[in-house]
Amino acid sequence: MSEFIQQLINGLSLGSIYALIALGYTMVYGILKFINFAHGEVFMLGAFFGYYLARAFGVAEPSITMALVILLLTMAGTAITGMIIEKLAYKPLRNSSKLTVLITAIGVSLFLQYTGQLIFGADPKSFPTIIENTSFNILGATIGTNQIVVLVSAVLLMYLLRLIVFKTKKGIAIRAVSNNMTAASLMGININNIISFTFAIGSSLAGAAGILYSINYPSIDPLMGLLPGLKAFIAAVLGGIGNFPGAVVGGVLIGLVETFTVGYLSPTYRDAIAFAILILILLVKPTGLFGKKDIEKV
Amino acid sequence: MKSIHKFIIPVIAIVAGFLFFQSCSKQGTDEILIGEYASLTGSEATFGQSSHNGLVLAVEEINSKGGLLGKKIKLVTEDNQGKPSETQTVVQKLINRDKVVAVIGEVASSRSKAGAPICQSSKIPMITPASTNPEVTSIGDYIFRVCFIDPFQATVMSKFALNSMKVKKVALLIDQKNAYSTGLADNFRKVFTEMGGEIVEEQKYSNGDKDFKAQLTAIKAKNPEAVFIPGYYTDVNLISIQAREIGLTVPLFGSDGWESEKLTEGKAKDALEGSFFSTHVSSDDPSPQIQGYIKKYREKYGKEPDAMSFLAYDAGMILFDAIKRAGDTSGEKIKNELAKTKDYQGVTGIITINEQRNAVKPAVVLEVKDGKFVYKETIAP
Repeated sequence: MSEFIQQLINGLSLGSIYALIALGYTMVYGILKFINFAHGEVFMLGAFFGYYLARAFGVAEPSITMALVILLLTMAGTAITGMIIEKLAYKPLRNSSKLTVLITAIGVSLFLQYTGQLIFGADPKSFPTIIENTSFNILGATIGTNQIVVLVSAVLLMYLLRLIVFKTKKGIAIRAVSNNMTAASLMGININNIISFTFAIGSSLAGAAGILYSINYPSIDPLMGLLPGLKAFIAAVLGGIGNFPGAVVGGVLIGLVETFTVGYLSPTYRDAIAFAILILILLVKPTGLFGKKDIEKV
Repeated sequence: MKSIHKFIIPVIAIVAGFLFFQSCSKQGTDEILIGEYASLTGSEATFGQSSHNGLVLAVEEINSKGGLLGKKIKLVTEDNQGKPSETQTVVQKLINRDKVVAVIGEVASSRSKAGAPICQSSKIPMITPASTNPEVTSIGDYIFRVCFIDPFQATVMSKFALNSMKVKKVALLIDQKNAYSTGLADNFRKVFTEMGGEIVEEQKYSNGDKDFKAQLTAIKAKNPEAVFIPGYYTDVNLISIQAREIGLTVPLFGSDGWESEKLTEGKAKDALEGSFFSTHVSSDDPSPQIQGYIKKYREKYGKEPDAMSFLAYDAGMILFDAIKRAGDTSGEKIKNELAKTKDYQGVTGIITINEQRNAVKPAVVLEVKDGKFVYKETIAP
């Protein structure tokens, strides 16, 4: 039983990180109807921003305040990166076919991976300890401070996103643009600003996920965004792409399924099972678990 | 017209580039070219960097003594980025374009196995400094090594676990994509159970994974007294941290793939305290060869050498010795002389190449103490 609970905790903390990344995919899809494949690389950049910030501050004594400062600065950094990517790579293609933008996104992804190898170096780096780790016992399972931090921050960030999207003027504008871009523009909404804003929010979530991931798995390299990015994409499709709670549920589900596959079946199937889910969902219910025609898109 | 220009200019640039490199690769006849392939970048970068440093020391030393056969030795180094596929490309390049007379590489067995068949079919002798998987040298009679092999290493760690660590119930955590790890695990399982130990759980991971918590949780559920991890340092670093996080507090032990200054980076410094691994040489050894080498290494690089650099230095030295005795740089003659290497005093001990082209040497066990590797004991073959 304690083994099961332990695996549950492992799966939840992994899944909540996938969920954060998946939200970025879903937001961009909701508004522009294309998959931003460079999103996993924004996640990677988040981890590296955190790495250099932590080293600049000199984290001899890890503290929650320090971790929070690093998290917020990183989120700001990746938000700006996201907006720059959108301005340079996607905006000029706004009226081209979706396929062109998709291929551009893959190009941006590769560009960031290999530029990252050039600048950061190809060998993995050890992420500094920014939170002191203490362990607690729950029903025979052990949960560490960093797992708690990951879970709590993920839930808080998702709640914050919900507030922004549903309670603020910008949020209403985002939903309006995703519903009908032309109509929204006729109502006086500045489409460029809103798209930029969406990229900023999505990228800051990816940056936060990068930090949380590195706290849990403290080894970072420029290619680290590839697999988590793909998994989060699957999570977004599983939940119904464009759907906001769907991305969260999808992320958590993928995290759990992966952990249980490794724990009880075989680690060989770890990646295979995620892609099998993708194929299955596309065959059986292409709109995803929560995707309906009339659902409000985010 | 414009589009034609767009097309022609890159073509001219490419052709010019080819001509440039062609002219560059022409070699002087007063040099003997030795090839090296190593993982200078990638996830096990310190393996390649350390072995490269050791080999450079060997080359500088032989050149300062006037070189070989009246010629200077020139080292041509290629980075395989830690990838087997890249390895084949760079070994082809070393042999076909640079025309090296012998090749040294690699530390990781999977990559040595990728490079060895090319050396064998081109009849170019290859010496691996530190690949311990037995299959590497069985690829052919041109492939040699200067280290012990995994069946021996598995015996060493089985004895050590039973006699020194006093543990009987051991779990295995194996890198399933890695010939070194699976080979070592197979040997360990066999020897350890023969000696009366018990393997209570086996879990697998793939080199490069970040999340090991699911496997470690499954291991923890079986209550082993220790966990044997025959893997590479990058993964072991993360595994040790996550093992402690989920409350798996038993000792961890492993093999020479752990040997790197990066093993105990970050939180792993505490997580690995009191862990053990077997390797080729200990810096605590007072023998003049070892201390002399450490001094030279420190002077040149300003840091402490690890086992991979010791072994690469020895690999270089027995190659030079063989070329000197051969009096010629043809692959076949060098190979014949390498096979005759007997009682050569290297820095890692006395090297005799046996019929399977392996070196027979004792192993040492090191303990991780405060992030440093401290000598524990020597186990003879």
